[in-house]
Formats: sequence, structure tokens, C-alpha cells
Amino acid sequence: QQIQEDLNKQLLDNLVSFLSRSHSAFQEKTTEWTCRMKFREIPTAALVLGVNVTDHDLTFRGLSDVLQDNITPYIALLEAKDCPGIKNLMQKLMGQLMNCDIDVDSLEDEDCVQVSQNRIRCSMSSLISWYESLTKKTDSETPSKKRNSSSRHWQSPPVVVIFKDMESFTTKVLQDFIIISSQHIHELPLVLIFGIATSPMIIHRLLPHSVSSLLCIELFQSLSCKEHLSTIIDKLLLTSRFPFKLGEKVLQVLINIFLYHDFSVQNFIKGFQLCIVEHFYSQPLSVLCCQPVDVKKRVYSLSHDQCENIRRLSSFRRYVEKQESGKQIALLTSDSFLKEETEKLLEDLHVYHENYVSILRCLHVFTSSLPKYPLGKQIRELHCACLENRVWETEEYESSLQLARMLNKTDLVTMLQQCVEILMSSSGKEFDKTVEKLKEFLTQFQNLEAEASQERDVSVSSQKELQKKTDLYHLQKTLLELKESRRSKKLTKFEMLRFEVVDYIDSLVRKYLVPADDRTLHEIVYFNAATVLRGHLNAAPRTALHTALNNPHWYLKNQALKCDGGGISNKAPDICIVYKLHLECGRLINLVDWLEAFATVVMAAEEPNADAASSDQVDDIIHARFIRAVSELELLGFIKPSKQKTDHVARLTWGGC
Amino acid sequence: MPNLEHPAYPAADLLHLESLVPCRESQVSMLLSIFGERQQFSFPSIFIYGHTSSGKTYVMQTLLTTLQLPHVFVNCMEYFTSRLLLEEILIQLQSSSSDTEQTCPVHCDTLNDFVRLFKQAVASRELQDQTLYIVLDRAEQLREMEANILPAFLRLQELTDRNVTVILLSEIVWELFRPNVGCFEPFTMYFPDYSIGHLQKILSQNHPPEYSADFYSAYINILLGVFYMVCRDLKELRHLAALNFAKYCEPVVRGEANERDTRKLWKNIEPHLKKAMQTVYLREISSSQWECLQHDGGEPGQLKGLSAHTHVELPYYSKFLLIAAYLASYNPVRTDKRFFLKHHGKIRKTNFMKKHEKTSNHLLGPKPFPLDRLLAILYSIVDNRVAPTANIFSQITSLVTLQLLSMVGQNDQLDGPRYKCTVSLDFIRAIAR
Repeated sequence: QQIQEDLNKQLLDNLVSFLSRSHSAFQEKTTEWTCRMKFREIPTAALVLGVNVTDHDLTFRGLSDVLQDNITPYIALLEAKDCPGIKNLMQKLMGQLMNCDIDVDSLEDEDCVQVSQNRIRCSMSSLISWYESLTKKTDSETPSKKRNSSSRHWQSPPVVVIFKDMESFTTKVLQDFIIISSQHIHELPLVLIFGIATSPMIIHRLLPHSVSSLLCIELFQSLSCKEHLSTIIDKLLLTSRFPFKLGEKVLQVLINIFLYHDFSVQNFIKGFQLCIVEHFYSQPLSVLCCQPVDVKKRVYSLSHDQCENIRRLSSFRRYVEKQESGKQIALLTSDSFLKEETEKLLEDLHVYHENYVSILRCLHVFTSSLPKYPLGKQIRELHCACLENRVWETEEYESSLQLARMLNKTDLVTMLQQCVEILMSSSGKEFDKTVEKLKEFLTQFQNLEAEASQERDVSVSSQKELQKKTDLYHLQKTLLELKESRRSKKLTKFEMLRFEVVDYIDSLVRKYLVPADDRTLHEIVYFNAATVLRGHLNAAPRTALHTALNNPHWYLKNQALKCDGGGISNKAPDICIVYKLHLECGRLINLVDWLEAFATVVMAAEEPNADAASSDQVDDIIHARFIRAVSELELLGFIKPSKQKTDHVARLTWGGC
Repeated sequence: MPNLEHPAYPAADLLHLESLVPCRESQVSMLLSIFGERQQFSFPSIFIYGHTSSGKTYVMQTLLTTLQLPHVFVNCMEYFTSRLLLEEILIQLQSSSSDTEQTCPVHCDTLNDFVRLFKQAVASRELQDQTLYIVLDRAEQLREMEANILPAFLRLQELTDRNVTVILLSEIVWELFRPNVGCFEPFTMYFPDYSIGHLQKILSQNHPPEYSADFYSAYINILLGVFYMVCRDLKELRHLAALNFAKYCEPVVRGEANERDTRKLWKNIEPHLKKAMQTVYLREISSSQWECLQHDGGEPGQLKGLSAHTHVELPYYSKFLLIAAYLASYNPVRTDKRFFLKHHGKIRKTNFMKKHEKTSNHLLGPKPFPLDRLLAILYSIVDNRVAPTANIFSQITSLVTLQLLSMVGQNDQLDGPRYKCTVSLDFIRAIAR
């Protein structure tokens, strides 16, 4: 569990550093702006953030933190839902600005601020006087304090107003605010930031020219969320630092949700966290999923039951079967031997991960530049493919190798260089040889180049000879010879080398990119329960409701309710009967018919041998039950009273179809 | 050219005033004759209207300050509620009367209070002999406040029984103000637009000190030649002039041409100005970016304007949802069966009709559609099976917050919400690719 906390912290750190990186360019710009305000334009940043609305909150929080640290203490975050009118907007703005002022300043004048806060006149002039008093105060403050503050901020820090969701603001509020503030731009250095989710065209749509001419808009595009996701995957999954891994199917589910549904990195991370929790909760052996330093201690503290659990793992059983009989018995009977073996295996697994990641990156270098991307453009696709099964058995891998055999030299050399860099930076010890081999290839390529230039010299000289000869027959002959020699000699050398390189890469892949399912004890670190995750993340309210009402046995677990197919059981709760009956109707349902049908179903059970005379007049109790069931359905949103016909109700779900 | 003459004010002040307000002499003299002498009662209310930047505010402000008439100047846009507005007027009155005395915060919620407090303030200033002017800029905002504000301001003289004149400045005509219960009619006055000659004269007036006036006015001439067709806003023109002047001076600074060489300078600046018209004027790129561009001498092609970033990245299903919403908005319900079912039959018969319908539908604008129809179309246009998960539903609401869809009729959110698709055909085409 501590590991999980560590992970969460790591995640947040990653995100914040990521955000600060993406906004660093932006801050530089802000510093420039304040210098130039000679025309009455409000400097404005239009921040295009993409449609993943759920992530924006975090982005803005990060942004305001960064701004607060580096530029100005005066930041107001405004949301559209708080500002239906200009009055509310000003109130909100003043409140936020004055509050943050209290935080920054010492507490000495808190009492007077509190008094005035009750009856602040929410207007621009009071804001300006507040700002003036503030800047004056910083001027007159003691030198020590002043130095302290000026080291972080400048003399007159700008007031930053962030509009979180530009799209939802009403046109009038924005217009009024901009016009008002443009009249006071000389007294109050204001900087606006618009958060835009769709496209910057929205500015033109919201603001008329007379207003937008008051703004000095610069556009900033934040990184697209797909890139954001790949960095996250890069940092979290494709490292050997974290012992926890995602199985292929689970990763696929998470990525699908991301790409198909919401583009929200936030949700992706939440899903990942859910996986962690689920894994540690459901897998008893997950104690062993920890940093390699702790493995030894934990393995030795395993109880007998846990050892039995290890023996029950399918991958471990496969492993045992491969050993010779003496060792098999030892593994199955002696706990201590088992522990030693487990430790060794876990270490193997760790080393395997290290190698896996670096080789995966190398392979990605190769495949990502191939035309048509047979193995996918992103490294995550390659990762999925490798996790799924033996990648070298797939057709895509074959075709990509084919294509790799046709690469030209410069590309190949740069790729090899990249691979060398990746392998050098990785921590694996086995790669020394590989690096050497690759370097050897590189030198060979260089030699080849030298040879080629020599050969060119030769050909030039032969051409000189050629010019001497005037005989047509000889000319033809030499030309043919030249052609022949070129085709056979020069190209084959390069080609042979190329084949060699590709084959070598192939061998590397076969050696290191073994799917994780084949490794012993992979269950400990891999989380593979995709169906569970899907059930948790892809909520389907309509389907759930339908099953609950259509098939109450599913939730109530009552044998009596179990019905087979078409018929409507009378033992089911009233609402289920009513629901099933209403499924058979069209858009408008006649209440009387419905009641009669309901009564027949119920009566069939309660008075199987009662005579038909009593069913003529519907029982009061049944009537009441029916009304209650119908009103329950109305509460659930399946029907509503219709105005077209008095004694009818309208279906709301799939009524028209 | 009517020279400003008035017995009540010294001639030097009037001359100064005349130099400050070029091309507005007739209006100023008119106003002066209405105002009369300092202690004379003037018209209770004056309504001045004219197009954007025809100098209404500027003329009033310079007139009142140069002649040192007691006045209060308030922008109605800034003080958006009646309380704020009234309090602001009182605060300005107090502060101008006594700067030593600490002004206590005034609370003034109603007009009745205002009249009372106003009388006190005027009494404390001892201004009974002089006319006090209250100028309300952007007076069209007054119409959105309480119904009694505007009529009360119009007859403030009568209500307070003091020597006060209210001047309303607005961009729209008086006829749009007149409340239907009737009110006191103010004296209306029109400020006409500046002509091209006026603009030329005003713009050339404030030339930079290091260049001669002739040189600058030649530049203004060129500038007006390019921009006059699209923009007559004085502020905007002044802004553009300041932005592009550095470029105009470039040959002179480099020594390639002297100040008289107008033709050469014109050749240099004209394409530049045309470019500016397409970009800066429309605020496609900001003016600071434009200045950077001028310094570097780079092509504006590197800088993409605002409208260049029209592409919107959407999740897979959101795209389909949006397309389905578009189809549902622009296709009539009865064609659904034909378009989205496998066995529909008769296409040939309605082929001609369809074309006719389509054009008219696009002209009519989007129609609202229920949620179920949207989902049904979604299921039929997506190839593989889509589970109706909560994700899909939440995507619909997030599309609504992005203003790509809009909710119609808020009254029944739970039972049968109806939506409208608000995006254009081009946008859908870009997505559908």
C-alpha cells in the first residue's frame, strides 16, 4: 500500500512537472507584456487546451501555482457557472483578489480587511484603489521585506484573471468586463487568460470587433492530450522502476476508453490507480510486487499458505514441469527451497523488464519510421503487440522486417546511432556486447562509405579510359561491364550489411521481447483482469436498469424469480411486471389497458381457481399496487404523463422505435 | 469656420479649447450657447448622440475641464447597477468639494436618498450660483436599470431644485430611449461622423517629435488610403498608424530615401499596410506579435492567425455523436428510416425531393431532436456495437458545455431532453474525414 501511495505521488509529480514545462514558454511572454501597454489593449493569452475538460482543472491549478511562484500573487480564477452577470463576476473577482492579498501579506491588518469585506463596493474603482494602496505599501515597506518580495515579484505585479471556460461565458458579461477593464488598463495592469477548449475561433464568435480590438491576443497551444498520454505511458509503464505492470488487455481497455470516450488523462490515471488497488486487493501474492531491494526480505517472510499459493500459479507449474524430477520434488515440498527459487525468478523477471524496455525502444526506433506503420506509430501500440503474444510470429512484424530490409543507408545509420544511445542509457548489464555489435555495424557502414568513394574514383578513371576509346563495340562492352559491376559489387556489400543488421535486430527481439505471459511468476506483477476493470469503468446505467427490471433474479438471487424466457412471472415484484408489460406498448400507453394486463398477470398467481366474475371488477389492492408501480416507473424516468391524451402516459425510452 | 466666442469666458481659454477639439467647433459653440454663463440655469438635460468615436466623450471632457466648469463624469457601463452609479456620482461630488475632509462611505440605494444626499453635497460645495454638470457616458446602459432612473435623471433640475444639468452621451438615437410612460424630452444634439478630411487633420495633429509634420501627414494620407474603406474608427486608425509608422520610417533611417521622397516611401509601405489590414486589423495576430514581426522582417506566414487553428481534436465516439447530432438536426424525422435502415426501398422516387429539402433545411437552421433519436442514429452509423455506457452520456453533456450542442428547453432535463446541433457543415466535414 505504501508503494501505491508512492506511485500516486510520483504521478502527480510527473504531471506537475509536465505542466510547468508546457507553460514555461508562456511565462516568458507574460513578462514581456507588462512592459508594453502603450496602446490601450489588454494583453490576453488564449490558451487552447483541447476537449478533455476534466483535465483542465488540474492544468489551471498548476498554472496558477506556477504564476504565483514566479510572477504575481494576484490571480483570480473565474468559472462561467459563477458568473451569470457582470455583478457576480466582479464580486467573485474582488473576493479572490483580496483574499489572496491577505494570504500574502502579514496578518496585521486582517481586522480592518474583514470589516470592509462585508460591504465591499464591487466596482472597478475600488479595485484600483485597493491595488494602488497595495503597491504603495510595498514601496514603503522596510527594505528587508521589500527585497524579499521583489526577488519573487516585480514592483507592480500584474493582476491575472483566468477565465476557465471561455465557451460557457455569456457574451454580454465578457464584453462588459473587457470594456470596463480596458478603460482602467493604465491604472491596473490586467492580464487576461482565456481557457479555450475547442478552437480559437470562439473568440471571434463571442466578441464583436469593437471589443476584440481592445485585446491583444496571443495564442498558446497546450500539448495535445494524446502526446500527454504517451509521455505518461512512457514514464509509468515503460520503466523498470515501478514493479507493478499492466497486462495487455487491461492496457487496451484503458487506452480504448481514453481514445474513444473522453481524451482525459485524469481518467486514465484514475483507471491506472484502480488497477493498482484491484491488483493488491485480489492477488494474495501481490506482497511480492515491490522494489527489488525489498524482495529478499519479503520472500523470506512468506508463510506456508503463501508458498502454496505460489505453487498453484499456472506459470510456476509450467516452470516446475520443465525441471528434472529431483528439483521438482524439492520445489513442491520444501518451502525454503521454493523461497530461494522464487527470489531468483523474481530477479530474473526484473532483469527481463529492464531488457525488455530498452529493446522495445530500439524496435520502436526501427518501426516508427517505416511507411504505413505496420507495427503502429506509437510506442504504446508496439508495447501492446509485444505483450499480447510473440511479436515475431505476427504478420505485421514480418512485413515490417521486409520494409526494414529496404531502408536507405542514412536512415539506417541514424537509427543505429539512436539504438546505441538508448542501450547506453539503460541500466542493463547485458547490453555491453550488443552495443559493441551495433557500433561495429556503424563502423562497417563508414568503411562502406569510404569504399564507395574509392570505387567512384575507379569508375571515374574507367570513364576516362572510355573516353579514349572510340570503338563502338568496345564502348558498349565496357558500359555493360560497368553496369554489371555496379549492380553486383557495390550494392551487395551494402545489402549484405543491411541484412545482417536487420537479422541482428530480429535476434535481439526474439531474445528479449518474449511476452510476459511466458515468464514464470508473471502473475505477481502483472494485472490482467480486464473484465473486472471494464465492469468498473464502463458503467452502463441503462443496461443495468434493464436487467434489474427484466430479470430480477440477477440481482435479488431468489430462485423463485428465475423465469425462462418470454413469459411474465407473477412472482416478480410489481414494478418488474409493469415494466415488462410496458415494453410491449408503443409510444403512448393506455393506462386502463395496462391495468387490466397487470391484473390478469397478478390474478393468475393469487387466485388460480377463482371464478371469472370477480376479475370483472379490479381489486382495490391490485389497483393500488399498480398505481404505485407506475409512479415508481415515472420516478425512474421511463414514462411521463402526456398532455395529448388524458388517460395515457408517454414512454420515454425507445418509445418511437 | 465659426470661431468660438462667448462673453462669459476669457478668450484665451476659448482659443486653447479650439485648438484641442479640431473639427468640432460648431458643436462646441452650440453647447456653449446652451450652457450660457456660469450662474445661469441651463437646459435640464441634454442628449448627445453620434457614431462610435465621433468625439462625444472627448469633447465633453475637454470642454468641461478647460473652462473649469464644475462637473461629474461617470461611465454607466462601469457602474452597472443603479446603486453603484448613484454612489459614484456622490463620491465624485464629495471628493471634488473637499479633498482634506475624509469622505465617509456613502450608501445610497434609492433615488429618493440620492436627491437628499445630492442636495447636501451641493450645499456643502457652495455651488448654488454655478451650474453643475453631470455627464453620463454610455447612457444606453441606463435603460437596463430600474425604470425610474432615466426619467429622474432627465428632470433632476426640477427634482433637486438646484442648478444642475444632466448630459447623456450615447451611440443610439433618442427614440430608442423614450420610455413608454412618457418623460421629459431632453435637448438632443447630433455629432456627425468625421469625414476623411477631418480624420486626416486629427491624425496628423499628433506627429512624433523627431519627424516633421509634413512627413507624418503624408504617411497618414497613405494609411487612410488603405484603411479608409474598411475602418473609420478614429481610435483604431490611430492605433494602426502608431503600429506601422516604424516600418514607414525604415528607408529614411537607413538613409535610402529622404523625407520628401514620398513615392519611394509609398512603394515601401503599401504592401505592408495591406498585410496589416488582413491580420492586425482583424486581430488575427496581436499587435505585439506584429511588432516583433516588423523587427525580424519575417514573413507573417510563420505566425498562424487565430482562425488558422480551426481543427478540433475529439475523441472517437464524440466525433460520431456530433455527426449523429448534425444528421438529426438537419434531416427530417421521416427520412431516418430511409437513410439508416437496411431495407428501405423507394429511393428513386424521392431523389429529386431530397435535394430540394436539403437546401431548405440548411437555410432553416438546426432543429431540436430528442436524445433517443440521437442515440439511434449513433448506433446505426457506428460500425461496431456501442454499449450505452455512462461514458457516452457524459460525452453528450461535455459536448453541450463545449457549445457544440445546445440544450433546448431546460424545463424537463430528466424526461426527454432535446438538443440542437450548433456547428456548421464545414466543421462536420472536417470531423468526418
